[in-house]
Amino acid sequence: MTLSRELSAARTLSVSPLDIERVRKDFPILERHVHGDKPLVYLDNAATSQKPRQVLDALDAYYTAHNANVHRGIHVLAEEATALYEGARDKVATFINAADRAEVIFTKNSTEALNLAANVIAWAGQPRGIGPGDNVVITEMEHHSNIVPWQLVTQRTAATLSWFGLTDDGRLDLDDIDSVITERTKVVSFVLVSNILGTVNPHEAIIRRAREVGALVVVDASQAAPHMPLDVQALGADLVAFTGHKMCGPTGIGVLWGRQELLEELPPFMGGGEMIEMVTMQSSTYAGLPHKFEAGTPPIAQAVGLGAAVDYLSELGMGNIAAHEHVITTYALEQLQQVEGLRIIGPKTATDRGAAVSFALADIHPHDVGQVLDELGIAVRVGHHCARPVCQRFGVPATTRASFYLYSSPAEVDALVGGLEHVKRFFGVAS
Amino acid sequence: MKLDSLYQEIILDHYRNPHHKGLREPFDAEVHHVNPTCGDEVTLRVKVADSAGEHDQPVIEDVSYDSMGCSISQASVSVMTDLVVGRSLDEATRAYDEFLALMQSKGQLEPDEDVLEDAVAFAGVSQYPARIKCALLGWMAWKDATVRALAADDGSAPDGPTADQPSAHRPTADDIEETA
Repeated sequence: MTLSRELSAARTLSVSPLDIERVRKDFPILERHVHGDKPLVYLDNAATSQKPRQVLDALDAYYTAHNANVHRGIHVLAEEATALYEGARDKVATFINAADRAEVIFTKNSTEALNLAANVIAWAGQPRGIGPGDNVVITEMEHHSNIVPWQLVTQRTAATLSWFGLTDDGRLDLDDIDSVITERTKVVSFVLVSNILGTVNPHEAIIRRAREVGALVVVDASQAAPHMPLDVQALGADLVAFTGHKMCGPTGIGVLWGRQELLEELPPFMGGGEMIEMVTMQSSTYAGLPHKFEAGTPPIAQAVGLGAAVDYLSELGMGNIAAHEHVITTYALEQLQQVEGLRIIGPKTATDRGAAVSFALADIHPHDVGQVLDELGIAVRVGHHCARPVCQRFGVPATTRASFYLYSSPAEVDALVGGLEHVKRFFGVAS
Repeated sequence: MKLDSLYQEIILDHYRNPHHKGLREPFDAEVHHVNPTCGDEVTLRVKVADSAGEHDQPVIEDVSYDSMGCSISQASVSVMTDLVVGRSLDEATRAYDEFLALMQSKGQLEPDEDVLEDAVAFAGVSQYPARIKCALLGWMAWKDATVRALAADDGSAPDGPTADQPSAHRPTADDIEETA
């Protein structure tokens, strides 16, 4: 995968390759003020990104001029809508370097993509399927959407679920990799970039071991696809999930990429219109890829919006975006660690690290931190970030998380640091 | 500053010096409630004395708890114990009802200080939808534990203390918000 190489290139830069002032002008919401006169400082990008004018315009144009259902109907609008929807698939396929456009399945979000993956693998029968005594391996830093689907399928199939633990600095503990991934392991599913710790995981080592035992590899790329070049062929996994709304696209659209021969082998997920070839009252045959996995009217406008987002990101260049975020994250880690009483939960340097930074501030509960920051116009996420096992591992009920994106500026990092000093004063913690 | 209506000094005082905190024996029921979105948690015990006092009805003899969470949730459970410990079931339930109404009022209700005492300080919380669950966590746990304690007293409780069970099957702050 080009990921490591791109990140290495990024590390040598100390200035952002992006013209941030110009980029910010593409995002109308960044001009908002909140609580009266406070300029919005949006640092909740790991939850969802803001949308550039180019994406808003694409959505507007679709509904204004081309709206129709896809793949059915012979009228002009239906043909235009179909071309736009399938055109978005082409754009996504190019964006992730898929070998074939049929490997790109549109879903509602990453959660649906991961549930799809877990269920169709479980239903696949021998030799792929999951049965009694089989094993699935995940990690302790997964988002709940890559934990619970595997709990459900392993419970239903009497299989076992095991996981890699974490080191104190928030990285995967792979010391016992050969005894965690065993001959019984049918699936290894892991997050490429943690949404709570920010860790970029060493995918080569995990995939190599999974291949040794013949296990399928599922990758949750929800926090990777928006932030760094993603080449699914180079990555070497079997299935990769990500979501549109974290990468400048609308909500309601996600992607499951899969290797074509595997997707052909796996059974359908949901049944309905669109995913069939021939239906009788007794049985049905199924459409070819990718439609086999896209039952019902798909999120058409949302896919078109994602296509526009992918165009936008590609024009800026994913390598440039990764480099910019590396500069911002490096600066944020330096500045945050100068705040007395602040403890980073996760890697403390920007090496092999994404742009989400979780921390604890003295003994002030994250809810209280976030509330006071909000009053200053600074939007962060507080809570367990759908990764409660990570909070348990680090002995905190929750964290405060600042997460950066292509439009984040050093001035916003400064605003956050100033805000945290204000939080400490508000709750009577000495600086 | 609007924030001061949320973080009243009374709330910060209870947060720093919580009343009745710590798990104590004896108790009739124990529950564990969580606020799944933010990680606030409370383990709460209730001891009910039956038919004591002039009203000839159950009295909340003790409420003890262990908890972690934000200032709003921690202060609220502390204030709640002041309003229910040593009170008759009727009085405690009235405070519960009044507090619930206050939380659902979107800032439109003038709280009754005679009933709610320090809890009137939470009036501002009702204007912060994300924080209402925090303020209700301890109260919901108290109600759940008290219902269980009374059922145990009747000998009709199907299950006893439930410290480690997920709270999904019992009324929680989540349910209240949905029905509010």
